[in-house]
Amino acid sequence: MISLILRTATHFLFTIMLQFSLFLLLRGHNEPGGGFVAGLMAAGGFALYTIAYDVAATRQALRVDPRTLIAVGLAIAAGSGLLSLMKGSPFMTGEWGHLRLPYLERLNIGTPLLFDTGVYLTVIGVTLMIILSLAEE
Amino acid sequence: MRLLLIAPILIPFFAAVAALTAWRRRPLQRAFGIAGSVGLLLAAAGLFESVRHHGIQSVQIGHWPAPFGITLVADLFSAVMVLTAGVVGAAVAFYSLGSLDPERESFGYHPLVQILLMGVCGAFLTGDIFNLYVWFEVMLMASFVLLALGGERAQMEGALKYVTLNLISSALFLAAVGILYGVAGTLNMADLSRKLPEVPSGLVTTLAMLFLVAFGIKAAVFPLFFWLPASYHVPPVTVTALFSGLLTKVGVYALIRIFTLLFVHDTGYTHPLLLAIAGMTMVTGVLGAVAQIDFRRLLSFHIVSQIGYLLMGLGLFTPLALAGTVFFMVHVIFSKAALFLVSGVVCRIAGTYDLKKLGGLYRTAPGLSLLFLIPALSLAGMPPLSGFVAKLALIEAGLATAQYAVVAVALGVSILTLFSMMKIWTEAFWKNPPEPERPREEKSAAPRLLIAPISALAILIIILGLAAGPLMEIAAQAAEQLLHPEGYVESVLGGIQ
Repeated sequence: MISLILRTATHFLFTIMLQFSLFLLLRGHNEPGGGFVAGLMAAGGFALYTIAYDVAATRQALRVDPRTLIAVGLAIAAGSGLLSLMKGSPFMTGEWGHLRLPYLERLNIGTPLLFDTGVYLTVIGVTLMIILSLAEE
Repeated sequence: MRLLLIAPILIPFFAAVAALTAWRRRPLQRAFGIAGSVGLLLAAAGLFESVRHHGIQSVQIGHWPAPFGITLVADLFSAVMVLTAGVVGAAVAFYSLGSLDPERESFGYHPLVQILLMGVCGAFLTGDIFNLYVWFEVMLMASFVLLALGGERAQMEGALKYVTLNLISSALFLAAVGILYGVAGTLNMADLSRKLPEVPSGLVTTLAMLFLVAFGIKAAVFPLFFWLPASYHVPPVTVTALFSGLLTKVGVYALIRIFTLLFVHDTGYTHPLLLAIAGMTMVTGVLGAVAQIDFRRLLSFHIVSQIGYLLMGLGLFTPLALAGTVFFMVHVIFSKAALFLVSGVVCRIAGTYDLKKLGGLYRTAPGLSLLFLIPALSLAGMPPLSGFVAKLALIEAGLATAQYAVVAVALGVSILTLFSMMKIWTEAFWKNPPEPERPREEKSAAPRLLIAPISALAILIIILGLAAGPLMEIAAQAAEQLLHPEGYVESVLGGIQ
């Protein structure tokens, strides 16, 4: 079923959902949010895109195979834990650095954000793999 | 040292991730599978050496102090189990290069095996009972897919039973963990071991029984074993070998861990029960095996019967008995994996698992026959192979504690085991082939990739038997650590009081 209304709305909603997912990912730093829910939000955006267009279009918009997203996400998440090993702390210890940006207060950036990014990519990959393979049936 | 504890989990994980990126590129996936398994074996050997020399080790993940964060602990028993898992994982990885069909390989066999190994090692190393649940789930997810991969009709039927039973067991496990947290306020096993004596004894016994049922299903003990013979013979033989070597043994490992570390308040009640279960498991398993005429089904029933011996040591609960259990665990994992791998080669040569249709393999494949005899006789407890040493220790321990009934059962079951191993021998290897006009091309020689891992396992079984003295010493040390959990608690909690 092709719906002009849905397609037009999707153009706006899709971008907003992706941006909001990034917002959620960064917000998870200190407040409710984080990689998992952000990943679901992004995957929701792609799911909407699939409904408005079709699976092939989504795969094209995604550019990479969902499976690759899972692999990269898992590697980033586990890799974030490895960084602390190099400093001699146990696996997965949070390591923090500071960033001074103009107009902002001091920004703390650490491995938990990296871990969250890994979760984000993995969740997008898993959800889309399920949705796309179900849609292709 | 910290790296060594986490390495058996991380190496298979990264191997799985790497294999995931190489989807549908078979050579790369195979390479990553082999690299992961060999890497795991090396890391496990390193961990074992380290634990042997420096005692129990623990690491607090994320630097969260012990009762709050997740702890990984390796005592000698854990280290032995991880090493054994590494050996079986490597043997199966090489074997699958020569035996697996391309479809299964390109649909994620190699990453799944790595995830399974990761789950198994995680379960062996964790010091937190909820984390143990998580590792069980990791392992089970991988095993569900491995069991169903390929999508043959028989596989689906087996997978259905397997999944259903394991989900029930997981639900019970989770419920038990929840209640445990409710009564003790902690899930760290070392911390639990300190706090459980303060909890009313009846409540703890109830919890112990709940855990016994949950792990009992996973370990396939009497009367909860029926899913095992119904499902283990359906997947490809590499998967069966891996399952038989590792999955039920993780259940037994968990039973041993909780009934030495946590539930020791009322050993007069719990451990005789374990002993009774052990006896029933041995008998029903071996009787089920005697009636079978399918190579793999017969071996599946033997898995159940051997689980009984493992529990027997736990039920007797003396240093010698637990040492026997540790030794038996290593022995039975090697023997069972080797036997299943042999059955795979037999099927490849003769085209069937049906003992009635097999025959004459002694003439066509004398080397293979020898490779069958070594683990088979070891399983039956023939000296000087590993099974003899393990059973001797268990039976000595049984006599020392005057548990004559279970000793008699163990001895009787040994004879029946020998009987059914000899049945395979006469049917598959010794008797004349029933249909000599079978086409020649089926009787291709087994590739070296299939024979080499079996030979390696057979050599290990012989070494276990011949070097029993020093190895039994290590098992005794492991048993000592299990019976006196103070060292374990001290290592995890450090100076916290």
